[in-house]
Amino acid sequence: MKKILVLLLISFVTFGAFATGQGEGGTIKIGVAGAHSGDLASYGIPSIKAAELVVDMYNAKGGVLGKQIELVIEDDVCKPEVATNTAAKLVGEEVVAVIGHICSGATKAALGIYKDENIITISPSATNPPLTKSGDYPNFLRTIAPDDAQADVEVTFAVDKMGFKKIAVLHDKGDYGKGFAEFCKAQLETRSGVEVVLYEGIQVGAVDYSAIINKVGNSGAEAVIFGGYHPEASKLISQMKKKNMDIAFLSDDGVKDPTFIKVAGEYSEGVYATGPVDTSSNPMAVKAVEDHKAKYGEEPGAFFLNAYAATIAVLNAIDKAGTTEYEAVSAALRSEYVETPLGKISFDANGDAIGVGFAVYQVQNGVYVELK
Amino acid sequence: MNLEYFFSLFLGGLTRGSIYALIALGYTMVYGIIKLINFAHGEIYMIGAFTALIIGAALAMTGLNPILIFVLACLAAIIYSAAYGVTIEKLAYRPLRKAPRLSVLISAIGMSIFLQNYVLLAQTSDFLPFPNLLPEMKILDPISHLMTTSQFLILVSTAVVMILLTILIKFTRMGKAMRATAQDTDMAKLVGINVDRVISLTFLIGSATAALGGVLISSHIGQINFYIGFIAGIKAFVAAVLGGIGSIPGAVLGSFVLGLTESFGTGYISSDYEDAFAFIILIVILIFKPSGLLGRKENEKV
Repeated sequence: MKKILVLLLISFVTFGAFATGQGEGGTIKIGVAGAHSGDLASYGIPSIKAAELVVDMYNAKGGVLGKQIELVIEDDVCKPEVATNTAAKLVGEEVVAVIGHICSGATKAALGIYKDENIITISPSATNPPLTKSGDYPNFLRTIAPDDAQADVEVTFAVDKMGFKKIAVLHDKGDYGKGFAEFCKAQLETRSGVEVVLYEGIQVGAVDYSAIINKVGNSGAEAVIFGGYHPEASKLISQMKKKNMDIAFLSDDGVKDPTFIKVAGEYSEGVYATGPVDTSSNPMAVKAVEDHKAKYGEEPGAFFLNAYAATIAVLNAIDKAGTTEYEAVSAALRSEYVETPLGKISFDANGDAIGVGFAVYQVQNGVYVELK
Repeated sequence: MNLEYFFSLFLGGLTRGSIYALIALGYTMVYGIIKLINFAHGEIYMIGAFTALIIGAALAMTGLNPILIFVLACLAAIIYSAAYGVTIEKLAYRPLRKAPRLSVLISAIGMSIFLQNYVLLAQTSDFLPFPNLLPEMKILDPISHLMTTSQFLILVSTAVVMILLTILIKFTRMGKAMRATAQDTDMAKLVGINVDRVISLTFLIGSATAALGGVLISSHIGQINFYIGFIAGIKAFVAAVLGGIGSIPGAVLGSFVLGLTESFGTGYISSDYEDAFAFIILIVILIFKPSGLLGRKENEKV
């Protein structure tokens, strides 16, 4: 009896091996990784939908290199420790490229694994500058401008346009939030007559933020620049407004998200946030949004167009390279311009997209409006 | 020295301490009676907040007065969470009454993770806005908005809960039974105390105060999600240990020490180290007074 069981087990294993062997070559696998659950899922889920729409479009036209494209979707909950598992799983699935990850911290954790396996990784949203600028990850590209560019826009707006002289800089201690805050601080310190009156990390998830808000009030700041995501931002702004503090609140694209307005409600009114330049009037963007509405019955969420562009860029590069070989695809991404909802883009030697940038938005009557 | 700044930090610390205290009571009472750290307690606080949100949203459609809605939502949260507390005890701890303490502790952690995920699946992982039902009354307004209505409410409710609880434990028959059970469960059984009922009541009271804390803080900060119970629960647990776990006045004292430390630490040093302050205080106190601020040294029963 035991022997039969053992035999059965062995045969299962062998059949299993054959099964995967046969699967190869049938499709081109593209991974989609990011926060698909947890409190930052509203950033990750739009990427899945974007990738699905692009892949459906390509598959309907016969795929790429004569093969159908298959998506492998894995969740990293925006946590670095989970992201390494996610990456290992995608490597195991033999994907040729990954759209993702969403959060900079998680992206960084996963990148080493992709690099060893020569897998192209294009993030729609990871804006931490060293990811491209350090040169450590030649396999990494992104369809969003990095944080130092964003900090530049933010500081120029706060100082030159609004004329703030005393600014408090807060962050959430995360890779993304702190990185952004550090760039803002460095930029502010180069401006004459501008003073950073407070620079601190807040305790994410703390029961309340009244102490830090009192501190901001006491510092005499005219404006707060916050680096981080919307859950903390909405707590900060609502507690500030409840205390009748008349201090401008500026933040990053982690806050330029409809969820922020939904949660902070009336308190979000007047908040400034930088975010990718609005390309919603681009014909491809209009079509992408319409397809999204038709398929999912709702407006797309954050970084949808960036993910859409990333997916197009990868598929286009594979098509132009005529192979899924890493070197060839990587070269094609850097040499071929491609039409995307973000406009015509290519990637520079570091992996940053040429032709994308940031703009400042303000919450007016419950929606983000781009300030020209 | 800016007095107004000092005072607002002090009030912020008290508010935070009050919330910790409302949760820490449950930890300390349960520990006092059955020597169990109920790690699912933070989740009761979170469930209380969610119940109030759902009931509040339902009542808002009837067009009642916002303050009445708030009171009703509070009551609903307290009743619902108390039922949860008692049920958890029945399902996850009572069958393990005779098991080693470690098994019960693991059962508690399991319950905590289960409840978190249950709410995550039943509700959503997003942050949800908690409606601001309380009118701003500008309390202490001469010194520029030192305190909001919700802060005031938190402080007052905590004080009322503390007084009621003291009366219950010191002066009623049930309180006497609770104290007896805490001292020696077997002996209490021998003199005719229904120990199971006492334990259920302990869970009921602890859950009710935690739920009240959950509703109050959610209306104070204006948002909730399924994860809020975890961090608040850990902090309240630290507060209970700081004050001497098992002691009710200790839990309150520990909570205020913790809240004020965090608030002043943030205000005068840096919020970068907010959690570090809390845990340094804990370590220092436990080194010099291992039973906590108001804890008694326990003699192991042989």
